[in-house]
Amino acid sequence: MRLLAQALTVVRKDLLLEWRGRSRIISVLLFGVVTLLLFSFAVGPDSIALRASAAGFLVLALLLSSTLGLSESFRLEQEQRAVEGLLLLPVDPIALYYGKAMSNTLFLMLLAPILTPVALVLYAVEIDPMRLLVLLGLWAIAAAGLSAPGTLYAAMTSRLQSQDVLLPLLLFPLVVPVLLGAVKAVALILTGDPMEQIRSWTILLVSFAVIYWSICGLLFPHAIEEGL
Amino acid sequence: MRKFTWDQAFGWLGLALLAVGTYMGLFVAPPERYMGEVQRIMYVHVPCAWVGMVCYTFAFVMAIVSLWTHRPRHDAMVTGAIEVGIVLNALLLIQGSIWARATWGVWWDWDVRLTTSLVMLLLFAGVLALRSFVDDHSRRATWTAVTTIVAFIDVPLVYFCVRWWRSLHQVQSSPETVDPLMVLPLRLNAFAILFIAIWMMARRTRLEMARFRQEHVDEPARLEPAGGVQNV
Repeated sequence: MRLLAQALTVVRKDLLLEWRGRSRIISVLLFGVVTLLLFSFAVGPDSIALRASAAGFLVLALLLSSTLGLSESFRLEQEQRAVEGLLLLPVDPIALYYGKAMSNTLFLMLLAPILTPVALVLYAVEIDPMRLLVLLGLWAIAAAGLSAPGTLYAAMTSRLQSQDVLLPLLLFPLVVPVLLGAVKAVALILTGDPMEQIRSWTILLVSFAVIYWSICGLLFPHAIEEGL
Repeated sequence: MRKFTWDQAFGWLGLALLAVGTYMGLFVAPPERYMGEVQRIMYVHVPCAWVGMVCYTFAFVMAIVSLWTHRPRHDAMVTGAIEVGIVLNALLLIQGSIWARATWGVWWDWDVRLTTSLVMLLLFAGVLALRSFVDDHSRRATWTAVTTIVAFIDVPLVYFCVRWWRSLHQVQSSPETVDPLMVLPLRLNAFAILFIAIWMMARRTRLEMARFRQEHVDEPARLEPAGGVQNV
């Protein structure tokens, strides 16, 4: 219970900072919209081709925006060495990790309600509100799978000058199963699921999220042992 | 004269076994009934896959040990094992592509086994990339170990994916269902590449230790005008 209380305190701190600043969420969302636009330019004004690739483009835009958001999450802690202050507090490093990972998950979850309608309009896809809710729920699981390794790697790379290169280099190959699962499941939501395959892709997403949250949580105290 | 080290024995033994195994694979073993001569690439392709995964598994075990002990030697072993694993993984993908072109008609297919193998290569290459950007040795060793443990998640996936999902790539064969003349060169080459990998890992570990010592060496000895050599 003490761990959970500490983790929730970290979440509260992060959300408060985010609310007061709001610059991270706005810039990341704008980046996501620009990415969606670029994908449609790459394919051209072919609505059939755009509709066919809509799920992939949407999930990729969410992934790229998420990476930007994750790298920013620890950059803030590096300013004026705030992270050292955090480590000096009587907070368990595991609670610190889960707090940061939870706030990052919430942050990534916020991307989908904005970017999905934009993608639906740009790529001429029509779905009913119920399926849109399922899509947002599914993205919440994918966001959990992305933010667990993303938080660990962002914590490590935030100290390095080459964070912008290293974070995607480390994170993208690792989250390929999450990306695949999310693309397949979103495609099934957008185009219909007569064979009821969405369940198996959701199980895959949940499995990887559980694996990443357990392993990364165990490793985080070692990663910060050397001082962030 | 250069000193003969234990790992050189592995290297020479491995090269000799590789020569015998490759000769048997090319000239003694019968061609496969459906694929014909192109199947002979299996005698290097499968051992590269096996030993590559052994290298990554060794790196994973040593990464846990390195986190526990914080000894530079264990960190050097992790790096050596990853480097050799990456070489074998790259060879595996190149050989697989050659075989795929002859059998499937394409150089690459987004099959689950091929994709997870490529992801495995990129994951461990990322570990080495991260390593090259960290100057502080202690932090570099810890972060290498942490990222190695996370990257290892993909290794069981590579092995089991052909059983878990529908795949174009064939599942693992059993020696009972394969001609003994095919099994022998495969086993010889597997041991050959394992011995060569041990040799290379030992050399890379020694090189990494030499780098560590170089980074931590005292200031160079300076010749004092009156009293000989003194360390400062």
